[in-house]
Amino acid sequence: MNILKQLMHTCRKKSPSLFHLNTGSCNGCDIELVTCLSPRYDVEQLGIHLEGSPRHADILCITGPVTRNTLEAVKSVYAQVCELKAVVALGSCPASCNVFAGSPVIVGPLSKHIPVDVYVPGCPPHPDAIIRGIARAAEILATRGVPDQAKGKPQK
Amino acid sequence: MNLSGLIHLFVFPGLLFAVPAGWFFVWGEHKAVARMQQRIGPPLLQPFYDFVKLIGKRTPSRRGIEANLLRLWPVLSVLSLIGALALLPVAPAGRGFSGDSVLLVALLELPSICFILAGFTSGSIYGEIGSIREAVLSVANNVVFLLSIVTIAVTEKTFRLSDLAGLSWNPGHWIGVFGILLCIPAKLRLNPFSTSSAEQEIYSGPLTEYAGAALGLWKLAHGLEWVALTGFVAILVLPTDGLWWMYDISFVALSFIVVLLLSGIAAATARFTLQRSIEFYWRWAMILAVLAISSAIYMRYRS
Repeated sequence: MNILKQLMHTCRKKSPSLFHLNTGSCNGCDIELVTCLSPRYDVEQLGIHLEGSPRHADILCITGPVTRNTLEAVKSVYAQVCELKAVVALGSCPASCNVFAGSPVIVGPLSKHIPVDVYVPGCPPHPDAIIRGIARAAEILATRGVPDQAKGKPQK
Repeated sequence: MNLSGLIHLFVFPGLLFAVPAGWFFVWGEHKAVARMQQRIGPPLLQPFYDFVKLIGKRTPSRRGIEANLLRLWPVLSVLSLIGALALLPVAPAGRGFSGDSVLLVALLELPSICFILAGFTSGSIYGEIGSIREAVLSVANNVVFLLSIVTIAVTEKTFRLSDLAGLSWNPGHWIGVFGILLCIPAKLRLNPFSTSSAEQEIYSGPLTEYAGAALGLWKLAHGLEWVALTGFVAILVLPTDGLWWMYDISFVALSFIVVLLLSGIAAATARFTLQRSIEFYWRWAMILAVLAISSAIYMRYRS
């Protein structure tokens, strides 16, 4: 039993699938995230890959301060990612709303709406920092069990 | 069923060989593409890690016939592909039966049909668009695929796989193999024929709503598809005389070379639009296939 748990732990750590969601970002962080896939940084060697559907993902990467229009999307996409999951907030915007703080259309920061596991601050953060953040999220994911409230509950 | 049949189904080239080989081939494709883009690429065990991780994930709970159908499609794909692999006449081989290549083609086609149905069952708009694309592409490439196989069969005067297998210097045989090679990228949904799962347009196509173990099975089915299709090409061109274990080793090696060749094509090309893909098969590949089959029939009745 222990060996199986160990195996699952290793596999979760080594195969984080990302889903990238832009919640009103200026595109700076998005560009830096995509840079991580390029030959220079090549995150595929860590097993990290971008997925097309939130259903396939383990780690939700969110960029941008949460705007009024995107709030529903954030909640819906977060619900669509199946357990076990982790959330990485990329850049300063989801952490603190950055320069957009105080705007009437901003309903951030992100942690008001969904639980955030890792913050990667910066405007935009360096790709190295993003990779480090995702690797940290993968470690958190691997050590995490299925939360109790998610067990019997149907996911929408 | 006799012992040789069981070995074919469960050991080689069936379940026990095909599952690790499928993972290895998928890794080979990713690694080759990565190396061609001057990246390092994924570790060797990556497809295995992905599979185990997906098995351990929770899935959205669904009820009713839809839920059962969604679970059925990937299982059916995996089973039909293992059946297809068991038909390949690799040593220690039985003689197969007359017309087993027709069954092989049917079993190779079943996963594609399941893939299309999965998109329609999921009810997702992206899944439906992906399914329509896959269906149209499947109609386009299958005509060429079938004509190529019939060309080989007419040239060799049989539909029995163990007689089709082996090196032949007949030009009809080689044109048929070339036609099959042209169709494999579309069957594996590789670039340039990857419209049905175009991430940038329709998320993950028919698999958009899949998660957890069912998605893992789809990935496994994709690996098995690699083994079955490249293996089919390998048996058509490998010389059958010689030691059986040498034949088996060269079967695996040649399959892997085909994987590298297809990865090279995938890395070097961009995605065609659906219209372009269909044009490629209905216009250019079809000319080749029709010429091949008509000349094969002509040669057969002349000789």
